[in-house]
Amino acid sequence: MSKDNSILEELTSKEYEHGWSVNFEADEAPIGLNEDIIRWISTKKEEPQWLLEWRLKAFRTWLTMTEPEWANVTYPKIDLQALRYYSAPKQVKKAKNLDEVDPELIAIYERLGISLNEQKRLQGIAVDAVLDSVSVATTFRGTLSKLGIIFCSFSEAVKEHPELVKKYLGSVVPMTDNYYAALNSAVFSDGSFCYIPKGVRCPMELSTYFRINAANTGQFERTLIVADEESYVSYLEGCTAPSRDENQLHAAVVEIHAASHAEVKYSTVQNWFPGDKDGKGGIYNFVTKRGICAGDYSKISWTQVETGSAVTWKYPSCILKGDHSIGEFYSVAVTNNYQQADTGTKMIHIGKNTKSRIVSKGISAGKSQNSYRGQVQVMKRADNARNFSQCDSLLMGDRCGAHTFPYIDINNSSAKVEHEATTSKIGEDQIFYCNQRGIATEDAVALIVNGYAKEVLNQLPMEFAVEAQKLLALTLEGSVG
Amino acid sequence: MSTLTKQDTFSSLIEAAPNNFASARATGKEAYVFQGLPAVKAEEYKFTNISKKLEQNLTDFSTAKPLPLTDAQVKAAVHEGFEGSVLVFSNGQFIPGLSSKIDEVEVSLISEKADLPIGSIANPKKDVFAALNQASFQDGLFISVPKKTQVDKAILLLSFDEANEGQVIQPRVWIEVGDFAEVTFIDQTVSVGESTYFVNEVVEVKGGINSQIHYYRLQNEGKNAIEVSTIETDIQKDGRFSSVNISLSGDMVRNNLNLNLKGSNSEGNMYGIYLLNGKSHVDNHTNVDHTIPHAESNELYKGILADQSRGVFNGKIFVRQDAQKTNAFQQNNNILLSEDATVNTKPQLEIWADDVKCSHGCTVGQLDEEALFYLQTRGIDKLQAKGLLLYAFAGEVLEKIETESFREYCDSLIQERLGSKF
Repeated sequence: MSKDNSILEELTSKEYEHGWSVNFEADEAPIGLNEDIIRWISTKKEEPQWLLEWRLKAFRTWLTMTEPEWANVTYPKIDLQALRYYSAPKQVKKAKNLDEVDPELIAIYERLGISLNEQKRLQGIAVDAVLDSVSVATTFRGTLSKLGIIFCSFSEAVKEHPELVKKYLGSVVPMTDNYYAALNSAVFSDGSFCYIPKGVRCPMELSTYFRINAANTGQFERTLIVADEESYVSYLEGCTAPSRDENQLHAAVVEIHAASHAEVKYSTVQNWFPGDKDGKGGIYNFVTKRGICAGDYSKISWTQVETGSAVTWKYPSCILKGDHSIGEFYSVAVTNNYQQADTGTKMIHIGKNTKSRIVSKGISAGKSQNSYRGQVQVMKRADNARNFSQCDSLLMGDRCGAHTFPYIDINNSSAKVEHEATTSKIGEDQIFYCNQRGIATEDAVALIVNGYAKEVLNQLPMEFAVEAQKLLALTLEGSVG
Repeated sequence: MSTLTKQDTFSSLIEAAPNNFASARATGKEAYVFQGLPAVKAEEYKFTNISKKLEQNLTDFSTAKPLPLTDAQVKAAVHEGFEGSVLVFSNGQFIPGLSSKIDEVEVSLISEKADLPIGSIANPKKDVFAALNQASFQDGLFISVPKKTQVDKAILLLSFDEANEGQVIQPRVWIEVGDFAEVTFIDQTVSVGESTYFVNEVVEVKGGINSQIHYYRLQNEGKNAIEVSTIETDIQKDGRFSSVNISLSGDMVRNNLNLNLKGSNSEGNMYGIYLLNGKSHVDNHTNVDHTIPHAESNELYKGILADQSRGVFNGKIFVRQDAQKTNAFQQNNNILLSEDATVNTKPQLEIWADDVKCSHGCTVGQLDEEALFYLQTRGIDKLQAKGLLLYAFAGEVLEKIETESFREYCDSLIQERLGSKF
């Protein structure tokens, strides 16, 4: 037992790898939240009038809403008036090519292991790098535009493709959807926009890398992905933030629209600062992600590896509207120390012959609480809907918790829905077997956890899968109770 | 806490309560006022809008008076082959005059037990209807099985309900089973007529060390009956509590079954069938609380839903921090037979201990086409084949009933329903 304890101590004293921050001149909005701030942001971003109206409408709706409290998480409330809603590095003009980007900014991303230099990267990933409130660089735009693919920051999309933005913005997550989505709609600063034209298979992974650098800011980015008929895209999202004592808010919205026969694969490795070992600081990650399979035979697949954030509140969902459409959700959520995660998905079957699959693997260690909350809803007209859900929990230590809240609401007699869940810990016999074969306890835990999460990790694109495996091993090594 | 509409809907009922058990009633009233009737979308009553139902259907918020019953009526209502003793309730009131005497078992009115800790097991703070009952019940039944007593024959709690339109029936039962004792209860309701009324029942069961308690319940109320029942028990060391709940009708029925495992090596079993048609709405909420190590719970609920019926299931399993080495299993299976039937199920696990084996599963589906086809190739027509397969589906729960005559009775009711209706 003493050995285990020493390993545990070592683990809990492990520093967050990406906890550093950089000082540079920033262009910031005054602290606080009111209509003037929203106008300020909108003017700053040179937005058209309709978008400002849209923001203000969202803000007015938000004022009438109250913060949701149903999630299985407890945290000190954030004073939204004490936040700064816009902070951008003082490099006003967005560089047309990477040579013009401030080397200091490139250095930040180099340090995170994200090279913005096209030559240096592994082939096949285009990155949109978002720092605090703005997108600082987008790579491979030239290559992509030859195929008609639009991949740029949200602000650019508003200027260059207003018709597309106007058509799809808020079409999947309406501004009134929930408290944080409404807040995001009012104050969102930047994010990525992506449009894949008809019949195009995107040749490389598209990726956004979010970084919170400034203190006292919230990050409110907005991602919109539109996949036109018979197109395909795989999209990655990564995120980190400096270690700070106060909690920071991240309230993003991601919308995906898949037309008929289109396929969108969205992967996230979420590694926001989780707070220190006493639960101090960390990011509040309150995110609304939703995709709509609008056309027949379309498919949306969410894969997420959640290792960071002090509090996570996130339910990537699929609305299966088109007949024969498919929704998938693969998740590994790891919580340690005082982290709390309430995550899951919603699969809403509207079209006929729709299918969905949910695989959720929760791992709790330390004093953390990990909840799966999911809903499978089969509407009256959704004949032959099919769902399979599996949500397993792995507990490490006797001071953590694992919770499952699956809602299954069926209104059609031809639906086939299955749900299963198990909760267990890493067997002593498994550890013993590994020890016997000369594998140290720490490595054995990493091995077993990786095996446990394999079904999900296999869904990740290769580069991410490697990162995710490392993250899992790092977050959990030695946490044998 | 709640913003409900008619906070004082039941205040006249509470005002009219007898003046015994003053402190328990005061606690109940306080808990009732604090919680209020469930608001629309309140998580615990999300799919069962009981407040609206009561508001629309109850007209007279007073307690229904007992019916004039005869021995012959009682005899006719007891199912065939039953050999045990019968305790009769009329509109929620225990009627000693029509009830059997049971050897070695103490039976009396609750009002004769002035120092009974009413509400110490079924905590009124957990549910507003338990609170309402505690504040305003008229009288009830007290049963005590002394220690080391084995009651061979089942005890039938037979309730006759017929209230005038929109009255309230509030049965209250306190069961004590001593150490090493064993007993079987059958809780059955006979609706006389089809009037609308509201039954709000609370059963508290205090089990002793190594006591074995079987509690079978058959709900076959009139189709206009509205019912909320709360059964709660504390299971001590080596004790076992097994319940089988069969729901066949009712306008809106909500069953709260709470098992608190309080001693090591204790075991709680919960089985149920809801076989519904018409516009019946049955909501089963079960709650198992593992607070100590080395306990086990098993749960299996099955639903067959036809016409416009609705089945709601919410099974909660709590495994507290100290409850290591817990085994907890939960399963809920549903078959929808019609386009308009609905099922809302939520099997919920909340676990704070790491060395446990817990699993839950839930399915919603149809009969296996291949099995149907197989039976048809053997010359059984489709309708009959369907009935047969559904009967087999329900059979897994039925076989948990250990009292043979009662099992056969339920069996025949279910067969009749499946044969005639489906």
